[in-house]
Amino acid sequence: MDLFSRKATCNSHGQDSSYFLGWEEYEKNPYDVIKNPHGIIQMGLAENQLCFDLLESWLAQNPDAACFKRDGQSIFRELALFQDYHGLSSFKNALANFMSENRGNRVSFDSNNLVLTAGATSANETLMFCLADPGDAFLLPTPYYPGFDRDLKWRTGVEIIPIQCSSTNGFRITKLALEEAYEQAKKLNLNVKGVLITNPSNPLGTTTTRTEFSILLDFISRNKYMHLVSDEIYSGTVFNSSEFISVMEILKNKQLENTDVFNRVHIVYSLSKDLGLPGFRVGAIYSNDKDVISAATKMSSFGLVSSQTQYLLSSLLSDKKFSKNYLRENQKRLKNRQRKLVSGLAAMGIRSLKSNAGLFCWVDMRHLLISKTFEAEKHLWKEIVYDVKLNISPGSSCHCEEPGWFRVCFANMSEDTLKLALKRLKKFVDDGNSKRRYHISESQRLKGSTKKTMTTVSNWVFRLSFHDREAEER
Amino acid sequence: MLSSKVSSGSHGEDSSYFLGWQEYEKNPFHETLNPNGIVQMGLAENQLSFDLIEAWLEEHPEVLGLKKNEESVFRRLALFQDYHGMPDFKNALAKFMAKIRGNKMKFDTSKMVLTAGSTSANETVMFCLADPGDAFLIPAPYYPGFDRDLKWRTGVEIVPIRCVSSNGYKITEVALEEAYERAHKLKLNVRGVLITNPSNPLGTSTTREELDLLLTFTSSKNIHMVSDEIYSGTVFYSPEFTSILEVAKDKNMDLDKKIHVVYSLSKDLGLPGFRVGLIYSDNEEVVSAATKMSSFGLISSQTQHLLANLLSDEIFTTNYLEKNRKRLRERRDRLVMGLKKAGIGCLKSNAGLFCWVDLRHLLNSNTFESEHSLWKKIVCEVGINISPGSSCHCDEPGWFRVCFANMSDQALDVAMERVKFFVEPIAMSTYGGNQKRTMWDSRRRSLINKWVSKLSSGNYESER
Repeated sequence: MDLFSRKATCNSHGQDSSYFLGWEEYEKNPYDVIKNPHGIIQMGLAENQLCFDLLESWLAQNPDAACFKRDGQSIFRELALFQDYHGLSSFKNALANFMSENRGNRVSFDSNNLVLTAGATSANETLMFCLADPGDAFLLPTPYYPGFDRDLKWRTGVEIIPIQCSSTNGFRITKLALEEAYEQAKKLNLNVKGVLITNPSNPLGTTTTRTEFSILLDFISRNKYMHLVSDEIYSGTVFNSSEFISVMEILKNKQLENTDVFNRVHIVYSLSKDLGLPGFRVGAIYSNDKDVISAATKMSSFGLVSSQTQYLLSSLLSDKKFSKNYLRENQKRLKNRQRKLVSGLAAMGIRSLKSNAGLFCWVDMRHLLISKTFEAEKHLWKEIVYDVKLNISPGSSCHCEEPGWFRVCFANMSEDTLKLALKRLKKFVDDGNSKRRYHISESQRLKGSTKKTMTTVSNWVFRLSFHDREAEER
Repeated sequence: MLSSKVSSGSHGEDSSYFLGWQEYEKNPFHETLNPNGIVQMGLAENQLSFDLIEAWLEEHPEVLGLKKNEESVFRRLALFQDYHGMPDFKNALAKFMAKIRGNKMKFDTSKMVLTAGSTSANETVMFCLADPGDAFLIPAPYYPGFDRDLKWRTGVEIVPIRCVSSNGYKITEVALEEAYERAHKLKLNVRGVLITNPSNPLGTSTTREELDLLLTFTSSKNIHMVSDEIYSGTVFYSPEFTSILEVAKDKNMDLDKKIHVVYSLSKDLGLPGFRVGLIYSDNEEVVSAATKMSSFGLISSQTQHLLANLLSDEIFTTNYLEKNRKRLRERRDRLVMGLKKAGIGCLKSNAGLFCWVDLRHLLNSNTFESEHSLWKKIVCEVGINISPGSSCHCDEPGWFRVCFANMSDQALDVAMERVKFFVEPIAMSTYGGNQKRTMWDSRRRSLINKWVSKLSSGNYESER
């Protein structure tokens, strides 16, 4: 007889993928400007370290929040005992308001429809437990966050079927791709319970367009038992607020608020990315379905947010002056940092998908592959980790169907470190170019065909202005 | 449209255990603002030693202010989400757990997995050790929350090991084998035994003999042993607390890799709001899987930082454990005395935040319907929320769990007065000349007579 459960012994926790192996290499030899200047620079971690100064200064001005005090009075006992899975109402109210602000107050959130969880990791798993049974499936556009293989599937028994998106149209979800994914699930005898998107997308750094929303909502409208989960944990990282369209806004604009579709759309949120507080374990599920809220609330017992942390953050987020300023400043700094990465890459002939959000860029290194294969991608990735000493995430770990794309994070280091990373990469590319030019000129000589050199920057991908985006969305 | 977990109602939250809370919420007792409200005695919280923690916090303001040696630790904490947990915190917990066990053993932090409360720890242990449709044997009566925590999302079944009042609810070999057989008849694959030591709801620590018996049993069946020791710091009378790990070591079973402990700071330190639990296991595979699973319920780094500092202070922890035990003992004695005055006895207990109280003599009939109606009377007429034994899967009607550490002395005294007042007419009619005796009255009378004599005998005396 087996000693452990199948869950414990199988590898469906997904943690053997290169996504995690890159981290391990980094852990062995981490870059430090003084102690280890030749170490590996971590560019595989989607953390937001750009605005801690704002948080620290707020804490310094508001010491009561972290010290269990309210209006100078100790509320330690109250917090020590507070384990109500409905959550601290002052925190939920503040969170609901913060979420609205993030969306330019174009939608409002009812704190009664919020369920607090220990991080979005917990929220996503809990939603799966609520919406699907073992053997059911959710459709996810690729490329997607590698952690979903663990979070959505492992203990829930739910399957993920990819909606294959391709670079030919900027990785946008198409009706065809969605239907193909659905057919694929049917062939595998899987009962599809819905679609899960990340908006803004990880790893792409792009916001979902109105066209894509139309396709998705049309799909779940036609299929009465399907849900749409929108993981909006990067909503505060959109460089320009007006460009972020929450699924709730779409439902409002399409006047779907009193239809059954309204109850089948759910949002996941977290403070790990927007506020840069992954250590505090703050996530939330938002739904208009009372049964989902009721079940998810009970399930949140398995991952409640520490009352100490709820109280601190309720004070922080209730400070409207702070939150307004924070959101604005955060967006500004992220935008600047993204530009530095993108222009730095462009200068060495590396393009990235045009992005308007997130803590990373989706970088096109297809031209650096020896061959158009995932083996070549892995080979290139290893060179970048071990030789260039940069940890970045290969597209295959994100289930990208085309080899050669990499997610490169930019918000988890100082500007100097980013400059150094770009310098190292440029050297690698230049060295590689000279080798490649030799090969190309050889093959040109042999075949007489022309090939673009690596140093050409294609205009369709890299643009700093966002006017074109607005045009394509209307 | 939603999953079967949602529609089946198997979250177990419709039991009276939760319904009593709801009544309390509508009309909660307050010494001055609502003196006629319901006194909450259904909540196993430890509110007796907050002052000790508050005093420590006053003396260490830099800890809450997220500073260490004048330097801000905020950024480090904000980013710390490593599921291996904060080393300082795990070291402090290891020392604390060892101290609770009289330093008779050491805990290795590499065998520890931190979780958001023992609710999360228990569910995670089930996910690691059992598949849907498998079963765990649990001595009844047991904590009602297990029906949700161990079964709901895991699909694991609980098969109770029947324990009875006639032998003080001791776990016997016969009961173990019987439960095992019953599981097999139900075509359930038994993966292990789970005990709570000290027991909730009994308030008794598991004896060495029982622990020895349990390990012999689990070893012979090649199944797991899970010991939920979240009340280990609440043992206030002898026998001293004996951990399963201690007995395992004596039996040379400590490297068996099938023994796992669950702990939490919710009861000993009275901090359920902070969500601090852990799994401790000698088994590398369990630790590895549980560590990854803990991603679904990590402890806030802000909280780990606070408690790492608090529990690293040896002077504080020694003083706290001693004072906490003393206060619990005194409060429990107060409850027992108050009940005794009303002619009510309880199981002799030496731990926990509650007593297991015998109200069988107040039942109309020896049935659970009668227990339920008595419970409703106690909640709605007497104005005390207590937990009926049926919600704890007790086999015999008439037993109730009554908590004593979650209220002031005054509230406890008020509750005891109310109980006395409720029971008195019954006692009066026993000795008075009231001719209108119903069947119920005479039955109560005979039970009370037996009861009164029992109070002076061995079982309930040595309350010290």
